[in-house]
Amino acid sequence: MEQTNSDLKPNDARTDDWTARLHRATRATREDWLGRGISYLCIGVIILVVASMLWFITSKGIATFTQNHVNLWKFISGTNWSPNQGQIGALPMIVGSFAVTFAAAIVATPFAVGTAIFMTEIAPNKGRKFLQPVIELLVGIPSVVYGFIGLAVVVPFMRHLVGGSGFGIISATFVLFVMVLPTITTMTVDSLRAVPRFYKEASLALGATRWQTVSRVILRAATPGILTAIIFGMARAFGEALAVQMVIGNAAIMPKNLISPAATLTSQLTTGIGDTIDGTLPSNALWSLALILLLMSLFFNALVRLIAKRGQLSHER
Amino acid sequence: MNKGTKLAMGIAAMSLLLVGCGKATSSTSSSKSSSNEALSGKVTAVGSTALQPLAAKAGSQFTAKNSKVNLTVQGGGSGTGLSQVQSGAVSLGDSDIFAEEKAGIKASELTDHKVAVVGMGPVVNKDAGVKNLKMSQLKGIFTGKITNWKMVGGKDQKIVIINRAQGSGTRATFENAVLKGASAVKSQEQDSNGAVQKIVATTPGAVSYLAFSYFTNKLQALSVDNVTPTDNNVETNKWKIWSYEHMYTKGKPDKATAAFLSYMTSKDVQNSLVKDMGYISIHDMKVSKDAKGTITQN
Amino acid sequence: MNAKQKDFLATITINVIVAAVVGILFFLLAYILISGLPHVSWSFLTGTTDSFSGAGGIGVQLFNSFYLLVLTMLISIPISLGAGIYLAEYAKDNWRTHLIRSAIEVLSSLPSVVVGLFGFLLFVVKFKIGFSVISGAIALTFFNLPLLTRNIEESLSAVPRNQREAGLSLGMSKWKTEIGIILPVALPGIVTGVVLSAGRVFGEAAALIYTAGQSAPVTNFADWNPMDAASPLNPLRPAETLAVHIWKVNTEGLANNAAQLSAAASAVLIIAVLLFNLGARVLGNYLYRRVTASK
Repeated sequence: MEQTNSDLKPNDARTDDWTARLHRATRATREDWLGRGISYLCIGVIILVVASMLWFITSKGIATFTQNHVNLWKFISGTNWSPNQGQIGALPMIVGSFAVTFAAAIVATPFAVGTAIFMTEIAPNKGRKFLQPVIELLVGIPSVVYGFIGLAVVVPFMRHLVGGSGFGIISATFVLFVMVLPTITTMTVDSLRAVPRFYKEASLALGATRWQTVSRVILRAATPGILTAIIFGMARAFGEALAVQMVIGNAAIMPKNLISPAATLTSQLTTGIGDTIDGTLPSNALWSLALILLLMSLFFNALVRLIAKRGQLSHER
Repeated sequence: MNKGTKLAMGIAAMSLLLVGCGKATSSTSSSKSSSNEALSGKVTAVGSTALQPLAAKAGSQFTAKNSKVNLTVQGGGSGTGLSQVQSGAVSLGDSDIFAEEKAGIKASELTDHKVAVVGMGPVVNKDAGVKNLKMSQLKGIFTGKITNWKMVGGKDQKIVIINRAQGSGTRATFENAVLKGASAVKSQEQDSNGAVQKIVATTPGAVSYLAFSYFTNKLQALSVDNVTPTDNNVETNKWKIWSYEHMYTKGKPDKATAAFLSYMTSKDVQNSLVKDMGYISIHDMKVSKDAKGTITQN
Repeated sequence: MNAKQKDFLATITINVIVAAVVGILFFLLAYILISGLPHVSWSFLTGTTDSFSGAGGIGVQLFNSFYLLVLTMLISIPISLGAGIYLAEYAKDNWRTHLIRSAIEVLSSLPSVVVGLFGFLLFVVKFKIGFSVISGAIALTFFNLPLLTRNIEESLSAVPRNQREAGLSLGMSKWKTEIGIILPVALPGIVTGVVLSAGRVFGEAAALIYTAGQSAPVTNFADWNPMDAASPLNPLRPAETLAVHIWKVNTEGLANNAAQLSAAASAVLIIAVLLFNLGARVLGNYLYRRVTASK
């Protein structure tokens, strides 16, 4: 195309044709500008979406404190959640959310990492052909199905096992464990596969056993990736609403133990949002819960970034 | 490699086209609603999940007769219905409660259309061993003073309260009739009839409350003060726990909406569909209730 | 205990863990399929739903799910491809890139119910598009974008450096190298990521309840003009998907066989996702062979 362009410009004949050609951007450069433009545009769209959502949730979430003049500290430390009576203490939900998320991640991680090692190091063929499709399939099970299986199977099981009504943190943990397992496993598999092949070969060539190679070389090298996988799993657990809501009992009271009904931020949000009027205290209070969800995920992200940085430093990768 | 770029551009063009199509259709549908020929237009009803099945069924019968009308019925909860109709986003706001009862809603701006009556009653798990309660006992259970079924003549079984979500219409109706201002003990909360139904059926000692249409033989529906939860008892107000199903409009409804409302309250619908689906016809009511809960004989 | 014994013990432990995981997974699948499949029939798959009880077939919902998935992918794949290329190729290692990455991770960890409510307030209420396929597709795009972008970036970065250098040394632009050399090599990984996110999109309910809506008006499957109100392709009609249908039947369904209906719908959903996964895998391999011209 630039050939025809230059041919169409007779003025160029006055100046040194070659200088002009050399100064003009080449086809590759212009292609690169185009590429840059497209990719900048795309990232710009994402940034715009994130920014508008952040603004949206923040502006709605802080209305509780700016318009309804609720004391921030009372909101975080209060234990009485009755928005219709003007009492909004969010601590029970904060504790509930943290409890189920961490419990689910702690239970799921060994299973996920074990499975991932099996899929990449012990039986890569079986892993690729058989385990991976099944695990990917599980990601597609809607959370509401998990919730009802939880209600039909896990809750009665827990009732017989530990007593009580069966609703509570332990049931929610179990359901979430199954739900985050595919997420953590697939991402861990990805990060294990991303470990350069020669790391493994070097270790095996030095006479290390498979377990020594896995535990001291591959897992170490993949640690940032695995941590990201866990965080992603925790994010899913944290944000999961429909399934948890079915099995946790959804009671806005401080959880006394693992088998008493409790509530999470998301379960309270889904239960309540349809019955509130936009702009009133009950509605604003729920958006404040959403804001807490947001801040917590920011915190998690900062944490994983810190860990990843440390991992990089100690490995100087 | 031009394939990739072409593909990307094609996809981008297609999505633009789709958005374009979207705009085009929206403008045609709005121009349709202003024409005066056969009844046409767009009616959106949003809100109460308790009214949703009836509204949806009546809506599909209505559109079968008026094929030019585009009618959609959505759930979302009474609060959503009221705030959406107030903001003018939808034509009908479905609600289980009077707009006056909901803080943040300017009831004077809205017009109430009562389209059905719903009776609600306490249900317990079959293992509780209770079939009748006094109103005071029911209140005692939900305020947390009575914690074991043997205190009200049932088995030695801990009571597990399943409440409805705070602010839900069903809960407001129940608390108005039973608790009368006392506040409920903190307990499990569920936001749908289906979930309550399942949980009460499977959890020993569970108690909750449901609209009559959700009573099943897996649950034990309770009598209160020896009055059985039947439609006839609601019509005479012998059974106290009931509420209207409202469809609110903002100002004067447009033609299609008005036609749908008069269809909903017509004898046809009230005597067949409403009853078939477990609601109570507004024409059968021998009493009426206002927003403050005052009962007057018709 | 010496290294060999440790190795043996570790292998045993991992095998036990995998057996447990496989056991759980198969219990889940078997539970869904066994309780659901007996109730699946041709009329169930193609029939229309009775809006009163929720009983009846799921034909419209099934179509809606696929249509919504296609629309979502049409919007989100180009955007996340561009964004993934930006992160893999153009982004410098500085605070701005860190900020962008954090933003993407935050977006991915937002609960889908919050995304749904955001979509509801923005598209349904503010832009007055109403409960519609397009509102739902955009809401799904929001939470699909971070997953896809991340996956594409990782797949691109995993391509060996020398391939990139080879392209550049031939005088190709960065963009052309990326599109012509790196992307085809990374394609199988990208396709897997798309499949994974498609699975999540397919099963998503919370984000759609308030955007695509919970009603499935009967559509005229003979009318394929996207401008007509009754056409299944009209992006402005409300569209209840299969996952939302399962949720609705479970929570508000009045049909006395609600449990069987939702089990059957769940089984159909799982099978659809399975077929989808297999199809995409075949497609991914095929693409890989075609674009890289390898045997």
